[in-house]
Formats: sequence, C-alpha cells, structure tokens
Amino acid sequence: MACFLVPTAEAIVTTVVKKAVEKKEIKENKKDDSTVKFSEKLGWLNGMLWGGSGLLAFEHLWHGEITPFFPFLTAVSDPSETAEMLHEMATSGTAMAVVVTLAWAGVVLATNKISVKKLEENRIKGETSE
Amino acid sequence: MTLLITVLSAVISTLIWYTNEKARELKIGVLLYMFWGASLMWLVDAVVEYIEIREEYFSPALSDMLNDTFLGLTEVVLALVVWVGIILFKDPKLTVKKVLGRK
Repeated sequence: MACFLVPTAEAIVTTVVKKAVEKKEIKENKKDDSTVKFSEKLGWLNGMLWGGSGLLAFEHLWHGEITPFFPFLTAVSDPSETAEMLHEMATSGTAMAVVVTLAWAGVVLATNKISVKKLEENRIKGETSE
Repeated sequence: MTLLITVLSAVISTLIWYTNEKARELKIGVLLYMFWGASLMWLVDAVVEYIEIREEYFSPALSDMLNDTFLGLTEVVLALVVWVGIILFKDPKLTVKKVLGRK
C-alpha cells in the first residue's frame, strides 16, 4: 500500500547525514586513501534505499495504489484502508528499512575488515623492507 | 516472479561489476543499488505474504504469475533507463561533451 515510504524517509535522513559527513571529512582534510571514507559507505546505503524505494514506488503505481495526483495514495480516501496502510507501513515498511540497513552494515563490516587486513599487510611489508 | 527477476538482475549486474572495469567506469553500481535494494525490500514483502497465506504463496494463479513477470521485466527496463539517464547526465567518458563540443 505505501510500505516503500518508510525506506524513502530513511533515505532522506541518510542523504542529509551523508552531506554533513562529507563536509566534516573535507574540513578534516583526510588524505588517507587506503580506507573507504564513511561518506562513501553511506552512499551505498543511500543508493540501495533510493533505488529500492524507486522500484517499489513503480510497483505501487502499477497496482494502482499510488496516483500521480493528490492525495497520491489511494488508501487515504477510505479510513479503513488508511488504517491498513499505516499498519503495513509500521510492519512491512519498517522491516524493509531494517533489512536494507542490516545488509549495508554487513557490507561495511566486511569492508572494514578488508581495510584493516590491507593496512596490516602494508605495515608488515614496510617493516621487512627496512 | 518480480522478486525472482529482480534478484537475477542483481546477481547478473554484480557479476558484470566484479569482472568488467569498463562497466564500473560506466557506473553500473547504480544498477546494483537499485536491484539489491528492491530485492531486499521485495524479500520482506514475500516473507510477510508467506506468513499470511503459507503454502499458497508457492502456487500462484497463472494470471498473477504473468502479471508479476510483466511487472518484473518492466522494473528491469525502468532501472536500465534510469542507468542510461545517469550515464548521459554524468558523462563519465566525456562522450556527450565531445559530441556537443564538436557542433
């Protein structure tokens, strides 16, 4: 009905956070290229949230659940349907946002592990060449 | 079917992203985000539906399956159109700039 609105709302928040983190990173002038910046990692979450929500929005349009004119959501016109829509947003929508975020967290953890391993290898290489 | 088509698209685009440097230059990552994001969201939808209707989930009506397949393919095309739009807008190979600069 409108479950995609929850990940969309999260996408708006993470986009704002990404911009703030980017500004902070530029201010700090980090020159360490060996690790992926946090703003870049947030970009992955943004991409999945915006991309997934976009495709889901199209699916809702396909099923006639959203319309290109006000009030945009067909369920809003009927109070019983509105309650059902809100319930779906609270359950499916929240679960979608959580699952995407957890998947992203997993990728970030894996990336961090790889970066640490790489730094360690570089350190050992540096010590042996001295 | 929509979920299956999207997951398949996500896997294929991931393999292309992993093996092909040219594809990475052409921002194929955009497709990865769209397909994986939508796959995860539809997976949740599928789990919720399975909890509601149990075994019936695996034996959908033919008309529903056809509609879902049509939807899945349309979603793939939509994602590809968005990707092409981004390529033309960001112009990573500077092709658009070169062509427009020539005229």
